Formats: sequence, structure tokens, C-alpha cells
Amino acid sequence: MNQEKLIQCFVSALAIDGALVTDELKYNSIPQWDSTAHMMLVAELEAEFDVMLDTDDIIDMSSVAKAKTILAKYLD
Amino acid sequence: MNQMLVDKHVLITGASRGIGRAIAATFAAQGATVYLNGRDESSLKALENELKQLYGDRVHSLAFDVSDAKQVKQGFQALFKLTKTLDVLVNNAGILEHSLVGMVSAEQIQQTFASNSFSVIYTSQYASRLMARNGGGSIINMASIIGCVGSSGDSVYGGSKAAVIGITKSLAKELAATQIRVNAIAPGFIDTQMNESLSVDKQNQTLQSIAMGRKGTPQDVANTALFLASDLAQYVTGQTIGVDGGMLI
Repeated sequence: MNQEKLIQCFVSALAIDGALVTDELKYNSIPQWDSTAHMMLVAELEAEFDVMLDTDDIIDMSSVAKAKTILAKYLD
Repeated sequence: MNQMLVDKHVLITGASRGIGRAIAATFAAQGATVYLNGRDESSLKALENELKQLYGDRVHSLAFDVSDAKQVKQGFQALFKLTKTLDVLVNNAGILEHSLVGMVSAEQIQQTFASNSFSVIYTSQYASRLMARNGGGSIINMASIIGCVGSSGDSVYGGSKAAVIGITKSLAKELAATQIRVNAIAPGFIDTQMNESLSVDKQNQTLQSIAMGRKGTPQDVANTALFLASDLAQYVTGQTIGVDGGMLI
């Protein structure tokens, strides 16, 4: 998976600095990653990686690390 | 008149008969690329072949049960392989069983709400993301006059269709920022197989309540869906349009 592309998705959707996008960053742990931004993040990821995520995976995408694991399923 | 849906990609649930079939044929005639959904693969294929003879290869079928969240997920993954674009979703699939409230089984309640109400949310979850990618779209939900005013013997069906109206209003507010319009159609007494289960007495009684003095046709509903799908309705969202020949006036 292209890690740089993934980080850019977070930067663009959450409007945060790339340095903040670490595996430990969790959903709702910063004001910028709320439910509205989460849906924007999903849209960015789907467009950039050309995938369509399952609703369960969107709900389950609770951190950057989790996002990597979930995306990897679709890109295998 | 120019075709109103050229280059639009449209998914219609419950497309194999009645109102869904009329919408599919109307939209294909108006230039749309049409994805037909239903549970019965053979009747979907028959309609697909019929429409392909008239309009070419712009017609596809996707058999899945919209009342089952897992099947909806698989159905949209299949759709995603065919197109990355969706402009219009018509949530038309639904079931109707008349029963007095004391004679409705728990299973019937679950199945009616799953088919008529939950399905609208399942499909909208995926469709709205496909639409947002391309700058917007139109979701059209099939409600019913019974969801607006009620009908004896239809508490479950009426409740499930009232839920569709509530879902429509909330989704319209939630999705407006992404330029996705969400509206409902509330058909009155339409001449479809679904209404054949009504007794002759009930049918005559219903006819007398229609100001225009006739049953509606599936085409009457399809024409309203065409308006809501088209750019003519680009500033219309959160509305429930009655197609009932004046039953409510």
C-alpha cells in the first residue's frame, strides 16, 4: 500500500499536518477527526485507492493503524 | 424534447415489475444507463433483454435482496465493478401484506420493515458515497399514501412507509452539502399487481375517494420519478410528492 497516499488522505480530509498522522492517531481523539470528517476521509480513501468500503469497515476504522489494516484487505 | 437523463447512471430496486419496471423503461428511454435490481434473476434478465433491444447495451441487471444488508453490500460491490459513478438511486422495492393488527406475525413485521424501510438506509449508505464522488445525485424513495394518512389493515405497511418519509427528510438534510437530493414519492391507488390482493369492495371504495375518478398507472409514478431524477428538480430536496389523482385534497 502506498503509505504516502494514505497519509495525504488523512491530511486532506481532516485538514491536519502530516506529522500528526501516526498509527496511534484515533478517531474522535482530536476535534478535526469527527464523524463528518470521517465520512470525508472515507471518500478520500475510496477515490484515491479506487475501492468501495463496506459499512462495517467504515465503522471499524477507528485509528490510522486500523485504516491501514482495512485498506490492505481491499488491495490484496 | 431532448432526452432528460443522458449520461446518468441509475440504479432501480424492485425493477422487474409494476412501478419499478415503468421507471426502468422510462429512464432507459430518456438516455440513462440503467442498473435493474430485484430478487428474481430470471425476470430481471428478461426485462434487461427487452430494454436492450430498444435502447442498446445501457441496461444491466443486478440480482440481490435489498432487505438483507449483506446482499446489499455484495450488490454494490458488483455495481462498483460495472461503474464508478451513480447519479440516481430509486428505492422502489417493497412488499405489501394487508393484515389487521391482531393478526400480524412478528416475522411479517420484521420482513416488511426490512424490505420497505431498512433497505432504503442500506442502499443509501453505499449510493451516497458513489454520488458524492461525482459531485452529487438524486435519491428517490418510494413511500405511499398509506404512510401519509394510514389505512385500516395496513398498520405495518403504513408504518414502514411513514418511516421512508422520515428517512427521506433526514437524509435530505444530511446529504444536501454533498449536492445529493433526497425525495420521496407517495403513490395513491396505482394499477399494479401489488394492489390486486384488495377485495373488489375495497377497490371500489378506494376508487370513490379519488378526485380524478381513476386508478393511477405505473407510468404516472414513473413520470414523477423522471422529474425528480432530472436536473429540472435540482433545487428540490426533502419533499414527498403525492401521485394520487387527488385522493388527499
